Amino acid sequence: MEAPAMTRQEPDGDRMIVNMGPSHPTTHGTLRIVLELEGETIVKATPEMGYLHRGVEKLGESLSYTQFIPLTDRLNYCSAIMNNVGYAGAVEKLLGIEIPKRAQQIRVLMSELARIADHIVCVGVNAVDIGAFTVFLYLFKQRETTYDLFEMATGQRLHTSFTRIGGVFRDLPEGFVPMVERFLVECGAAVDECERLLSHNPIWHGRTKGIGAISPEDAVNWGYTGPCLRAAGVPQDLRKSQPYLGYETYDFDIPVGTTGDVFDRYLVRVEEMRQSLRIIRQVLDRLEPGPVMVDDPKIALPPKEKVYTRMESLIHHFKLIMHGMEMPVGEVYSATEAANGELGFYIVSDGGKNPYRIRVRPPCLPIFSSFEDQVKGALIADAVAVLGAMNIIAGELDR
Amino acid sequence: MVIEHIDAQLPGAITDRHDFRGDQTIVVAKTNFLAVVELLHREGFQLLVDITAVDWPERPETQGVGRFDVVYHWLNLANQERLRLKVPMADGETMPTLTATFKTANWFEREIFDLFGIRFEGHPDMRRLVTWDDFPGHPLRKDFPLDGGDAFCMEGCTAPYNNGERGGE
Repeated sequence: MEAPAMTRQEPDGDRMIVNMGPSHPTTHGTLRIVLELEGETIVKATPEMGYLHRGVEKLGESLSYTQFIPLTDRLNYCSAIMNNVGYAGAVEKLLGIEIPKRAQQIRVLMSELARIADHIVCVGVNAVDIGAFTVFLYLFKQRETTYDLFEMATGQRLHTSFTRIGGVFRDLPEGFVPMVERFLVECGAAVDECERLLSHNPIWHGRTKGIGAISPEDAVNWGYTGPCLRAAGVPQDLRKSQPYLGYETYDFDIPVGTTGDVFDRYLVRVEEMRQSLRIIRQVLDRLEPGPVMVDDPKIALPPKEKVYTRMESLIHHFKLIMHGMEMPVGEVYSATEAANGELGFYIVSDGGKNPYRIRVRPPCLPIFSSFEDQVKGALIADAVAVLGAMNIIAGELDR
Repeated sequence: MVIEHIDAQLPGAITDRHDFRGDQTIVVAKTNFLAVVELLHREGFQLLVDITAVDWPERPETQGVGRFDVVYHWLNLANQERLRLKVPMADGETMPTLTATFKTANWFEREIFDLFGIRFEGHPDMRRLVTWDDFPGHPLRKDFPLDGGDAFCMEGCTAPYNNGERGGE
């Protein structure tokens, strides 16, 4: 029998035990933290997870490579497209193929929209938790627009399943680009508005500065990636350091903080939204017509009209659906810079239709594991601020 | 690059290596594992990206190697070099923990213990991570049924939490 999950009361102490979660308004998903308090000071915090564990990795072993895509939507559901892109990239690495240029550009465009949506959730909700409700409303209007854009392009707002192995499942619809153009203007204004409301706000400073501060060495040791690592002063961004999807050709900066506290994480996220808008601008300028799927009947399904009229296409269609793609034997690890940090997929293939083992490396698991370290000695109110700035997404944390 | 350094400083430690799609992989026996990790840490592989495991239930009979591969992914932030390190081990064996050097190993190792049933020696808090404490079996083993066996995986489960020792209820 393992040690009990509950934090128990010391027999002689007068500590209070507070159960935060699994359905607490500030946990944003089902996770639980057992706090041991002395007065209002946190003496011990025991994070518990697994309430949203669906066995994604186990399910992946019984699904074909393409069938796994809808499950990736449900990892970080605030930016589902980035998971689609990360997963498809891993399988393409395993296959050793390169996708068409337009497909890469569309993936970059969608990823950056998703990054903005994710950062809006994080910053907006972190602000609500601390009591700044207005920011949340101003920002969430923009988030609605990104979801409208996703709906337009993919047919779904949250669970997009946009990518296919070898490209994306359809080209951008008519009227999409003008809507993004409008979004660029409006979102830029909303980000400025958010900064005006928060960046010089003394209450916001009081609630966030110095809270959850972490040194760069500690952040690396805890396995931090993404905005939380950059806020601590480590300029690590996979889009720059190990570019994929042609990110090396875009002009953008990596914001870096100094102290790693909640305030720096907020600043990094706000600046990243601006940089994402810059990248989207560049994608729109260079978007050129072309195919959005690889031209390989062993990987991509043939177009429907050909399936109905040509024998060869019908056979390819049948073979792909019934027997799947011909996968090489081997193992790959492919990582992308998702909104929360390094989202990795480790795929082991034995040459079969399904992956032999599929591992999702969620960016927020290592970050959340440092929670106790971050809040020990702080107040309950600080725990709320730290939790919000970590941007824990239970779907990705528990898988 | 780092592989040559390991080979030079710990000759014979690397039992197998391959390079597939640009991913460098080395296989190390459990006896040499800690020495290799220490060397990696010195070489600048500070970020332990991920720890996971792979179950090969037929392998003990066919190849005479242990059933599990514990797989570590490292990233060198200075030169962006990645390295995958695999340690084969048999069912029932324990792995040495890395929690002393890498704090991030704590939850990853707990997850492996939970999902594969591999114990880590010296781990400060070897509890299950994603399933509950008296969950029967280890789900990511290949012999664990996909549907969990029984409808709610409650076989052998005694109480929702820690043997009913919840104070005051």
